[in-house]
Amino acid sequence: MATKIQYQFKKDNLINSVPTKYKESDLKSEEMLINIGPQHPSTHGVLRLEVITRGEVIKDVVPHLGYLHRCFEKHTESLAYNQIIPYVDRMDYLAAMNSEHAYAMGVEKMLGITEQIPKRVEYIRVLVAELNRIASHFVAVGTYGMDMGALTPFFWLMRDREHIMRLLEWASGARMLYNYIWVGGLFYDIPVGFEEKCLEFINYLKPKLVELDTVLLQNKIFIDRTANVGVLPMELAINYGVTGPILRASGLRLDLRKVDGYSVYPELDFDIPIGKGEMGQVGDCWDRTSVRVEEIHESIKIIEQCVKQLLGDHKRTKNFDPQALVPKKIRPKAGDYYTRAENPKGELGFFFRADGRSDKPLRCKARGPSFVNLSILPELAKGGMIADLVAVLGSIDIVLGEVDR
Amino acid sequence: MLKVLEILKANFPELILDESTSPVSISIPAIDLVAICQELYQNDQLYFDMLSCITGIDNGEEAGTMEVIYNLYSISNEQSVMLKVMLDRNKENEAMPSIPTVIHIWKTADWHEREIFDLLGIEFTNHPDLRRILMPADWEGHPLRKDYKDMERYRGMSVVYDRDEEATTTDK
Repeated sequence: MATKIQYQFKKDNLINSVPTKYKESDLKSEEMLINIGPQHPSTHGVLRLEVITRGEVIKDVVPHLGYLHRCFEKHTESLAYNQIIPYVDRMDYLAAMNSEHAYAMGVEKMLGITEQIPKRVEYIRVLVAELNRIASHFVAVGTYGMDMGALTPFFWLMRDREHIMRLLEWASGARMLYNYIWVGGLFYDIPVGFEEKCLEFINYLKPKLVELDTVLLQNKIFIDRTANVGVLPMELAINYGVTGPILRASGLRLDLRKVDGYSVYPELDFDIPIGKGEMGQVGDCWDRTSVRVEEIHESIKIIEQCVKQLLGDHKRTKNFDPQALVPKKIRPKAGDYYTRAENPKGELGFFFRADGRSDKPLRCKARGPSFVNLSILPELAKGGMIADLVAVLGSIDIVLGEVDR
Repeated sequence: MLKVLEILKANFPELILDESTSPVSISIPAIDLVAICQELYQNDQLYFDMLSCITGIDNGEEAGTMEVIYNLYSISNEQSVMLKVMLDRNKENEAMPSIPTVIHIWKTADWHEREIFDLLGIEFTNHPDLRRILMPADWEGHPLRKDYKDMERYRGMSVVYDRDEEATTTDK
């Protein structure tokens, strides 16, 4: 069956297919407009950068978004609260568990059932979320190494990430987009033997992280490419609303897991790593990478404690039903709610407006950390060399699914 | 949390705290927005240094209003507040509702405001670079408005997916 092309090819479609902020007439002599992306490997997805350079020095960067815009907020207008969870998965597809956790907690807060959620459910949520956090940081550090010319750590980290993907697939049935954490509970209890496999994985992972430190973080070439590059002062980071590992690398110990103390995080013992400027200045690209690697160590600590709890005080029982509290109809009281949680990339916030009558939100807005963090890029790249643009962009660790939603 | 209101009341006496929302919210008129934000940002006792989120809401033609909601967070005082601004909704062929920008206080407002302009059609006056951010630059309409209708065709492509149309075109 022959398929007909849906559009008419015109030469004009190629010219000015995407608009630019700067026109050629705006440019001074010796200035050049360079287009990077949307099909470029180091933009980590479909991001387009309009770069104004003067020789090798960057004068301005204008990010153009929207290539992966999938109308999340428009979809939520016609979906019930529990139906939105799969869409939330697809925002930050590298850390779907964390996004689900943030979303489910938000709706539970609206319903006022936060306190009733069984401890076992909460520990399982934190366990899978921290596993996913490690996987997300693996992608961040691995692809960043690749941007900087180190291919080996990427392969090693992808290999280790696959163990996490398999674990989560075993629990939820899907590799990346889980729909596992539900409002009021979980899709299912973790499978028998999951806890032991987690411990096995962690014991496997610990020596690998030492290798990672040697091969990437202490690598002379990597240090030369990242230290003192893209330095982000703390005040500027706060003013730009930057959160997550980037803000912590700039020296502020702000982690919503500690600040808000949601879920069972207050019962767990873990530290918040911050950037110390070991290789250069506080808040440079090396610090951002090192904070992510240190966070992996902290996540391992959390996983160990969760497994201990899940095998000890909150162990598997025959009559435990993770769906016991899942409401049939989710009808929160009318009002406005803003809830937030710490994603691997930063603060994931949800703004809800409920009308009190329907099981669909009147408005559901997602404040994606990648979206806000990306807005710092022009500030960091300006005045630097064009070769450092990739170093700066990679260190921000964006997921375009969340930038564009 | 009452402290926020007490300090604000010195200059803006008619403000009311709404505790039914989470976090607590204050409804403010659009004219006072910048002055109140300045006070919230600069006052040592308040010091709301982070603007977490700006949300735009269209209440529909019947209500005739649109809302812009600011979620602020003070890192040093560990408290949050929500500011609500109500705007009159424009009818067809009228100018967009407008609200002053807060980009000179929090730079993060830049992209949030562009997103609201793009998706809801609210103009932020004095914004230095108010362009569409998520939708294509030549898109028509603002998708999150209640009376939004899709363009029929965009650059020769049909926008609304029509199963019948596809069936007829592929058979030919």
